[in-house]
Amino acid sequence: MIRRTGPLLAAALLSAALLTSCTSDTPSDGPSAPAGSASPSQDGGEDAEFFTQAEYEQQLALTRETPEGPEDRPWEQMLRPEMADTSQYAVEGDDVHLCFSNAGVFNPWRQVGLRTMEAEVALHEQITEFTVVDAEGQDDKQISDIQELSNQDCDALIVSPNTTATLTPAIEEACGRLPVIVFDRGVNTDCPVTFIHPIGGYAYGAAAADFLVENVAEGGNILALRISPGVDVLENRWSAAELAFEEAGLTVADVEFTDGDPAVTKSIVTDAIQRHGGIDGVWMDSGATSVAAVEAFEDAGEEVPPITGEDQQDFLQAWDERDLTAVAPTYPTFQWRTPVVAALRVLAGEEVPVEWRLPQPTITQDTLADYLSEDMPPLHYAMCGCEGMPGYPQDWGGE
Amino acid sequence: MTTLDSAVPRAARRARLLALLGTGLPVYALLGALLVALAFTDPGFYEPDRFLAFIRRAAPLVLLAAGQYLVIVCGQFDLSVGAVVTAGVVVAAEIYAEFPGAHWLVVCGALLLAGAAVGLVNGLVTTGLGVPSFITTLGMMLILEGGVFFWTGGSPQGYLPDDFRAVGRDDVLGRVPWAVLVCLAVGVAAVLLMRSRFGRTLVATGDSERTAALAGVRVHRARTVAFVLSGAAAALAAVLVGGFSGVSAQAGTGMEFEAITAVVLGGVLLGGGRGSVVGAMAGAFSLTALFTLLNLQGVSGALESTVQGVIVIAAVALGAADWSRLRRRSPSVPSGGPRS
Repeated sequence: MIRRTGPLLAAALLSAALLTSCTSDTPSDGPSAPAGSASPSQDGGEDAEFFTQAEYEQQLALTRETPEGPEDRPWEQMLRPEMADTSQYAVEGDDVHLCFSNAGVFNPWRQVGLRTMEAEVALHEQITEFTVVDAEGQDDKQISDIQELSNQDCDALIVSPNTTATLTPAIEEACGRLPVIVFDRGVNTDCPVTFIHPIGGYAYGAAAADFLVENVAEGGNILALRISPGVDVLENRWSAAELAFEEAGLTVADVEFTDGDPAVTKSIVTDAIQRHGGIDGVWMDSGATSVAAVEAFEDAGEEVPPITGEDQQDFLQAWDERDLTAVAPTYPTFQWRTPVVAALRVLAGEEVPVEWRLPQPTITQDTLADYLSEDMPPLHYAMCGCEGMPGYPQDWGGE
Repeated sequence: MTTLDSAVPRAARRARLLALLGTGLPVYALLGALLVALAFTDPGFYEPDRFLAFIRRAAPLVLLAAGQYLVIVCGQFDLSVGAVVTAGVVVAAEIYAEFPGAHWLVVCGALLLAGAAVGLVNGLVTTGLGVPSFITTLGMMLILEGGVFFWTGGSPQGYLPDDFRAVGRDDVLGRVPWAVLVCLAVGVAAVLLMRSRFGRTLVATGDSERTAALAGVRVHRARTVAFVLSGAAAALAAVLVGGFSGVSAQAGTGMEFEAITAVVLGGVLLGGGRGSVVGAMAGAFSLTALFTLLNLQGVSGALESTVQGVIVIAAVALGAADWSRLRRRSPSVPSGGPRS
């Protein structure tokens, strides 16, 4: 009698568990540091809802425009530049001391970027000193880093802000002392001499979504994999994609958060295949876990559907080897070269754009071979613009 | 009187059957129910490939549950196993970054030794310094997690080559995944271990440390060995997890609680002294089956931890209730007077 209550109770508890678990579908765990392109920010800029129609339309328009500048040096190109005079910052002499306050090197994107920036600095003999301070992903550390650097004898200060709103006052303070160049993530002030960034998140999300719209039959099931909620760049990517899917009549079967982790991604994709009996297309807001998603289809014995990734070598190699139907929008790492170029122009008194919009290329089947490099490490970002630099490929971990 | 006479052998027979199934009875029933439910929810579930894929997915948790069982049955906890899995995956990637040509068996061997070493430290600190294992292994978990984060800066750099990943991903002998064979081998080894003198010593230690010590059991040594085996099992799980999903800084996140859930679900008494290792492993399969079923029902994976929390509390409550009633009834058995 007593023993028999065991299974009964367990069955009752199981059904209770099933009931409670049916009531909500919201992910409970918060995001940790995303491993993708951008660092986290709780700040949505002026628009807390992460979607600005005008900005969205402008970005889509910019992707169709031809940038000004040398075609073979995309990091020097610019879209719709509004040039500003910098003669007030011109300095005499050739000994330039460049300083850089980095948000951190907490993901491969930033590691490739920093390596590329260092190589760019090495190209210019007039830079005699290059000071890099790493904020390790902490706002408070970056604020004191910026204060410290602006009290040193830096000729110009490059900042890659960890978050937007928190760092704005520190940058405003530094602007009064020396020319400041901001790149990657912006700040809520126009005091920097120039703000360097690729076209943006909407363009990225739309490039990936448009590819699926072309390659997946209407009514197909799309699995959307995102790193984490609440990061403005990533929210922009998703809102543009969501819009494209809605217009094209594709069904978004699931939107899941992977935390940028391959193990999490693989189990999410495996579960989704099982639950929906197949997935017709995979949209990803960043490429770090694309290979894990591809593997999930393979291990489930399914054909890999059209999938989007990023310019990391492991994905490009998987794409080539397995002959995938794929596309790779990029958030190009060559943007790490631009701040150095800009700093030297500013210190020479040459004009720079107030907002330096860089092109944001997408790797397609036709251009895949140009970016594929067997000799580079799996986590190398192909769009680094670093192929011709001294020390390539060894300094980037290649052979 | 006649009713009484016939009742006694029947009760005895039932008792023998129950003894055979042991404390695992509820979990076998639960596992059976879940597998039937899965068959109804998804008719394709029992196709050989898919069923083997299910076992492959459960395999790391089964290994962890077997290791955790050894520690729990002798009256301790091991909260560090999830962190050992994460550290194992990251360390393997770092080894390959340093020595790209390393043979996968060497790397696996190194991981197993490292896992055993972590277990040894846990065991020595717990038994030698008298730090409760809950604290020792919680501390070890934090040490390893922090170490991994510090070492990798939050995102591991390395890459695991295909031959290392084969154990977690590929099939052998036609279509049987490696992971299933590893799981089977560990299961058999665990059963043999628990039938050996050491196994009985371990259960006796968990049942009553003092009695066991008075009977000549080297309690500290038995417990330390249990921790070492748990650490090694976690390292083996790391090989499977790393093979299955590649480099990940979250490979083992939450696995320590999944393992403990599986063990208590398997009818093993927290505090030690009661429960079977087969029950613990069945608990791991049940938990995986439950998660699979929830997924097929369209329930978000994010609720897995909620379900797990409900199960842990319920299973422990169930175990406690069962136990106290047994104690109350047991004096009445020798007297032969059935009161029911």
